Amino acid sequence: MFKILVKQELAPNIHLVKIAASGIAKKAQPGQFVIIILDEKGEKIPLTIADWDRKEGSITIVFMEVGTTTHRFATLNAGDSIESVVGPLGIPAHIDKIGTLACVGGCYGIAAIMPIARAMKEAGNKVITIIEARSKYLLYWEDELRKVSDQFLVTTGDGSHAPQGWISDRINQIVDEGDKIDLVFAIGCTYMMKTCSEATKPLGIKTIVHLNSIMVDGTGMCGCCRVSVGGTTKFACVDGPEFDGHQVDWDILLTRQKGYQDEEIRSLHEWESKNWRRIN
Amino acid sequence: MAEPGKKPKKEKIPKQPMPEQEPAVRARNFDEVPFGLSQEAAMKEAERCLQCKKPLCITDCPVEVDIPGFVKLIAEGKFAESIRKIWETNALPAVCGRVCPQEIQCEGKCIVGKKDDPVAVGNLERFVADYERMYGKGELPPKAESTGKKVAVVGSGPAGLTVAGDLILKGHEVTIFEAFHKPGGVLVYGIPEFRLPKEIVFSEVNFLERLGVKLVRNAVVGRIVTVDELFEEGFDAVFVGVGAGLPTFLRIPGENLISVFSANEYLTRTNLMKAYLFPEYDTPIVRGKKVITLGAGNVAMDSARTAIRLGAEKSLIVYRRSRTEVPARGAEVHHAEEEGVEFYFLTAPMKFIGDENGRLIGMEGLKMELGEPDDSGRRRPVPIEGSEFELECDLAIIAVGAGANPLLAKTTEGLNLNKWGYIVAEPETGKTSKQGVWAGGDIVTGSATVILAMGAGREAANSIHKYLTLGW
Ligand SMILES: Cc1cc2nc3c(=O)[nH]c(=O)nc-3n(C[C@H](O)[C@H](O)[C@H](O)COP(=O)(O)OP(=O)(O)OC[C@H]3O[C@@H](n4cnc5c(N)ncnc54)[C@H](O)[C@@H]3O)c2cc1C
Ligand SMILES: Cc1cc2nc3c(=O)[nH]c(=O)nc-3n(C[C@H](O)[C@H](O)[C@H](O)COP(=O)(O)OP(=O)(O)OC[C@H]3O[C@@H](n4cnc5c(N)ncnc54)[C@H](O)[C@@H]3O)c2cc1C
Ligand code: SF4
Ligand code: FES
Repeated sequence: MFKILVKQELAPNIHLVKIAASGIAKKAQPGQFVIIILDEKGEKIPLTIADWDRKEGSITIVFMEVGTTTHRFATLNAGDSIESVVGPLGIPAHIDKIGTLACVGGCYGIAAIMPIARAMKEAGNKVITIIEARSKYLLYWEDELRKVSDQFLVTTGDGSHAPQGWISDRINQIVDEGDKIDLVFAIGCTYMMKTCSEATKPLGIKTIVHLNSIMVDGTGMCGCCRVSVGGTTKFACVDGPEFDGHQVDWDILLTRQKGYQDEEIRSLHEWESKNWRRIN
Repeated sequence: MAEPGKKPKKEKIPKQPMPEQEPAVRARNFDEVPFGLSQEAAMKEAERCLQCKKPLCITDCPVEVDIPGFVKLIAEGKFAESIRKIWETNALPAVCGRVCPQEIQCEGKCIVGKKDDPVAVGNLERFVADYERMYGKGELPPKAESTGKKVAVVGSGPAGLTVAGDLILKGHEVTIFEAFHKPGGVLVYGIPEFRLPKEIVFSEVNFLERLGVKLVRNAVVGRIVTVDELFEEGFDAVFVGVGAGLPTFLRIPGENLISVFSANEYLTRTNLMKAYLFPEYDTPIVRGKKVITLGAGNVAMDSARTAIRLGAEKSLIVYRRSRTEVPARGAEVHHAEEEGVEFYFLTAPMKFIGDENGRLIGMEGLKMELGEPDDSGRRRPVPIEGSEFELECDLAIIAVGAGANPLLAKTTEGLNLNKWGYIVAEPETGKTSKQGVWAGGDIVTGSATVILAMGAGREAANSIHKYLTLGW
């Protein structure tokens, strides 16, 4: 069992959880993830390691409530335990001195991009961090990110935190203003990573995306997480999760993510109808 | 009563039937199919054994269980002694009695089988192991004095469990590292509940834990810790029994459509994660109405039979070769057919067809005919030109074999692999190219059987023991 040390709601439906997992904390690298199971009846779901404390022996994850598992997770509190945390999984982000880097994040990616931005800055790069949200109230970790960035930009869909627009708009703006970006690193919802990749392709900026296909084991054993990159099938859990965004077949990824849509809705509905008291 | 002076002529006893769930009933549940022999039936079946002087059955058992020995003890009603006789060579009889391919091993060679049904060695093994689990006192075997040596076992499949059990009794400290949250390997994530109840596997693991074996779950070696780091942490020897664990895909168009699964994913979701109990359990599974399973080994039978239990109206096995080449256990093919699984022989998959939402709606197949024998000695299937045809389906399960999962090997320096990525290990000892490291089971041989993995585990355990007491 893995004990929850800290639990905090960062923004509506976005939670931070710090978990005691000393073995994983010792090994975690930027860009890696864990797969958790809440309890005997739980599903295996992947979550990015947003931070770690090797001394304390803890890892931090930030998750968004989307379906049954994340809703159930949100009902747990510090002191509770979860059944399984496996990791650190995936190939770590390739940290190197590259030049000017845009580290971009939306949704849970606002947190998940932090360790990469931090390591890239430590490696001597100029780090421009850009985060997006639909609206101002969904933003979090601005201070944490500002600390690890040379330049920090926020953009919101409704303009409640100016400027109005999305990450792809900000990248275009930076380039229009004559600044050079050597590499973009994107983590967040699939749609954001896709539009980002589409925006950088004509600009000729290499873009690394952190793919979030559905997973089971996370060790290359089942093939559930397969994605098509540059025309070949890759397993996101062991060959990634980082891939060249210009090579990814986004349609296949988006389609496969919908593989269990009906079941997910049914599952959440059943859980909510049984647990409405706990939610309210 | 036989007349004095005359050798008593054995009365011919027919094979004792194994009582089992009716096909129509069991096709809708995940409970085990056979109920097991009664005490009377087991004793009667045991009497059918001729107690051969040179028993042929033993020669084809990979771990050479003393078959006439344990069978005789059953006939005499000495069940506790009988199971102890099996344990001398086989640590997991409740499992082997259920899943070993007896028809090509012990039962295939049994002399009684020349004219009649062979002695039901598998059913007897299962009986006496179940009897012990239910009525045995659970007393632990004696353990040798502690040697102070520490052994790490990577993977808790049959190979790893055997190594752990053998070495703990020899006085070493044993820790198993398992990637999943539950131990047992394929026995737990692959082979379905209706063929091997998980409780049986957990009870075997529990037995090892009572003996003092430490089990670290959720630990992917190569990620959280490497083999080299295990030595730094004070382990004196490492056994690698990580199984094959890499799904094979067909590399045909449409393979990434929704509802095209590897058997590994389909079975892991259903068995390990209990998706058949969705939505009570959170893990979902696609419940196909028309299901195609590709391949005809045990894995394919398990997939096709699982699909039936999950509500398929049609569950079809599509196989490139013909019925005679089917590699699955006879009992599984028989059970599958009884439950309504249909077979489409001499058909190769060409492509999967999807609708506008990326969901599978059909598969294109190509008819084959048998040509000259290939390297495996089986006649090679050759395509019949222009024989393409379409099969409707809404779920496809690819069960055409497994490969070597590279995760551990990639992070372990000095471990030699063969050209397919399997670990090279000495056949008699399990020693690898890296000092202090042994390997065995599917990660050495490629997908094989439970009993072969256990046999490899036993040999490695003996070699590790020698190393720890005498040196490399
Ligand atoms: C490498 C990786 C890192 C991730 N990091 C984070 C993170 O740091 N924070 C975060 O909030 N989310 C992260 N995700 C996404 C997260 O795994 C899903 O949101 C989560 O699984 C949803 O589970 P659910 O039961 O709540 O929702 P469901 O109702 O089951 O599903 C909602 C959506 O989530 C996706 N999903 C469902 N099951 C899985 C699964 N087993 N594996 C992956 N995706 C699934 C599906 O596309 C689905 O449309 C990551 C995904 C991957 C692959
Ligand atoms: C569906 C199916 C049905 C089968 N039916 C039969 C049958 O009827 N009869 C028969 O004799 N055989 C059958 N087999 C084959 C048999 O199960 C295998 O040959 C046998 O389990 C191999 O044992 P093993 O110990 O080598 O590996 P496995 O049983 O594969 O166990 C390996 C274990 O190692 C773990 N692991 C992997 N990588 C790591 C890592 N890096 N760190 C930590 N742990 C790790 C895995 O999670 C797993 O638990 C079947 C196989 C399948 C898939
Ligand atoms: S070959 Fe058959 S009859 Fe002879 S000892 Fe073995 S099980 Fe008994
Ligand atoms: S999640 Fe199973 S292979 Fe990637």
